[in-house]
Amino acid sequence: MDTARIESIIDSHDGEASSLIQILLDIQNELHWLPAEALQLVSERLQVPMSRIQHTATFYKAFSLVPKGRHEINICMGTACHVRGAPRVLEVVQNITGIQPGETDPDMKFSLDTVNCLGCCALGPVMEIDEQHLGKLVPDTAAEVLKKYE
Amino acid sequence: MINSPAELEQRRQEILSGRDAGKPRVSVCAGAGCLATGASEVISAFNAEIEKQGLTGEVRAKGTGCPGFCERGPVVVVDPQQACYLQVTPDDVPEIVAQTIKENKIVERLLYTDPTTKEKAVRESDIPFYKNQERNIIGNNIKIDPKSIDDYLALGGYSALAKALFQMSSEQVVEEVRKSGLRGRGGGGFPTGIKWDAARNAPGDTKYVIVNADEGDPGAFMDRAVLEGNPHSILEGLIIGAYAIGANEGYVYVRQEYPLALENVGIAIRQARENGFLGKNILGSGFDFDVKVHRGAGAFVCGEETALLLSLEGRPGEPRSRPPFPATKGLWGKPTNINNVETWANVPLIINRGADWFNQFGTAKSKGTKIFSLVGKIRNTGLVEVPMGVTLRDIIYKIGDGIPGDRKFKAVQTGGPAGGCIPEEHLDIPVDFDELIKAGAIMGSGGMIVMDQDTCMVDVARYFVNFLTQESCGKCSPCREGIKQMHRILTNITEGRGKDGDIELLEELAMSTGSASLCALGRSAPNPVLSTLRHFRQEYEAHIREKRCPAFSCKELVSYYIDPEKCEACLICFRKCTSEAIQGAKHRIHVIDQAKCNKCGTCFEVCPSRFGAVMRLSAEPVPGPLPDELRIIVRKKKAKNEQRETI
Repeated sequence: MDTARIESIIDSHDGEASSLIQILLDIQNELHWLPAEALQLVSERLQVPMSRIQHTATFYKAFSLVPKGRHEINICMGTACHVRGAPRVLEVVQNITGIQPGETDPDMKFSLDTVNCLGCCALGPVMEIDEQHLGKLVPDTAAEVLKKYE
Repeated sequence: MINSPAELEQRRQEILSGRDAGKPRVSVCAGAGCLATGASEVISAFNAEIEKQGLTGEVRAKGTGCPGFCERGPVVVVDPQQACYLQVTPDDVPEIVAQTIKENKIVERLLYTDPTTKEKAVRESDIPFYKNQERNIIGNNIKIDPKSIDDYLALGGYSALAKALFQMSSEQVVEEVRKSGLRGRGGGGFPTGIKWDAARNAPGDTKYVIVNADEGDPGAFMDRAVLEGNPHSILEGLIIGAYAIGANEGYVYVRQEYPLALENVGIAIRQARENGFLGKNILGSGFDFDVKVHRGAGAFVCGEETALLLSLEGRPGEPRSRPPFPATKGLWGKPTNINNVETWANVPLIINRGADWFNQFGTAKSKGTKIFSLVGKIRNTGLVEVPMGVTLRDIIYKIGDGIPGDRKFKAVQTGGPAGGCIPEEHLDIPVDFDELIKAGAIMGSGGMIVMDQDTCMVDVARYFVNFLTQESCGKCSPCREGIKQMHRILTNITEGRGKDGDIELLEELAMSTGSASLCALGRSAPNPVLSTLRHFRQEYEAHIREKRCPAFSCKELVSYYIDPEKCEACLICFRKCTSEAIQGAKHRIHVIDQAKCNKCGTCFEVCPSRFGAVMRLSAEPVPGPLPDELRIIVRKKKAKNEQRETI
């Protein structure tokens, strides 16, 4: 872990305890997860007990306490996508990747998550892989798309 | 740095004089929906093509805010013709540049075509989707590059702020907002003027104003479109509000799932500061005010005021009981006024044009316009802004153009997870805060999800309750446990394990969760259950008593079966099946192996309608598979041909 990088994130928020969430978000964006050593460092620098950091890191969904795979899949489960068949897409993706939402496969190839609305309801059901949107999915196209990733 | 209203007007004139209204301009929607369908490639294609055709300096393509017609994105508007081109791809760009920009000719094939009259609509305002709207707030989105303050100033931006600071006292500003009848657009519908007045009158020197941009309702993206498309309008409203209640610091609380909104709001704040609309001595008025952006980290409950405040302080967002209300005890214990994005965006309009202007839109108790995100089983998905009081039927059929395919409308869900489902017989109620409550739903922040005959209402209730199970913060037990138990019962019902007494138990749980929970999340959590029970009780009963899903949606209660009489062995379903459950071959009737079938429904959808061989069965036994020897199809026509050949 790049300690200097974490330090500079904390510094950019003036080491303020009230910026805890903002600091954790920056670390999450940088590393794609929150390693225990990073949290320890935040705790020491901000003088915030580890219990509160754990409370915060588990309360908000943006944070992950485990590393993410090479490809991050987000399946939109917003209402529009739901009524247009998102659960069927999710099921197929779960079958192919062998993981449930919130999990990463043992090869670290995919991490799967569901999100509540990506804001492009005209394209529903929508899946986002590595920040690329794929719309109007049906189970077999979703299955096809996943084959492209290594 | 602009130091007075006169300088502001001078600046505006300078911007306008540098712009020739007759010069060609290309505006491409760069909202989330259009970006997902390739808007940025279209913008690059325009810039490359403009250079290639020797028009550099003459015309520029800019990305703008979302005009709302997501269904037909990417949307491109070419001025001065005001030609509105839909579903534009990079391949269309050379033709647009050569025809419209150079030759002043319209590219007919990219225009909107009326599905019945086949008439073409050149301008936005000729398209029925837009024609039936009143776009006070999002109408400017397509005219503005959200990253350019000049675009906003050119349209008279920040003149409301100048008016408030120099021509009105803070009491007058509050009074104007009160008189306008503006009510909170985030869901509660509380009168904004009264809220402001409470914060204004609260004792204390330090006060805060906050933009609640933690839009979390699934299927709703109104606030996102305004944040991304016209961030200065929100800032201007916020600064006016700060002046009215006497706050010198403000926050914009944006969920981090909206990266473009965060970017555009950040740029807007920087530009506002550079131009003297934020910071010390704003426009030379002596009023100081500045804003910070706070990113939400993905917790639906943080849209609730008291949770949002705790989150701003860097803590987990667990709501507390009110009173004390944030107006007296808010951020860091100081008087705080929190309004939703759309509420703030209405403020400059009210100050500029007056409460009476605002009052002409809407009903007796719900004034102005409201933006809805019209999504689900609807032909024209998109953002629609209508005056309060129009009927749901008009929104769904006149603007949304009805239900796609030959499906039948079943219900429209308004108000997000705390809202309710409204059936066909109530479609003529006017959309306003109070009428929707009477119909068992709420206005909420503006989600409007249309459902057709294939949507199971028990599943919809289960969906929302499941969402709330995950989003309940867990602080108070009625919400934490009540929602979880409702979810368990609903899951049992949709999976065929429902039993007599479940409906009554649901009603009892709904009652206690709704009345004993600490915050609005728990108190409104039963709404999806109660409203579906109220209008679609028979669907619950079918699931429980007959183990039948009338919408053929709950997969535990549905089977797929290929009618051997109708199957033409075309191999389409055989190839598309995601679980290799279909046995078949050329000239062999296809058969679904029920043990392998994952009930994804793909076979039903891909079976050509002229065959219609795949059937959905619910609460009916699936006929046994056809014996192997009977599966061969002897094609009469082909057999004849073969005969002929042999002769």
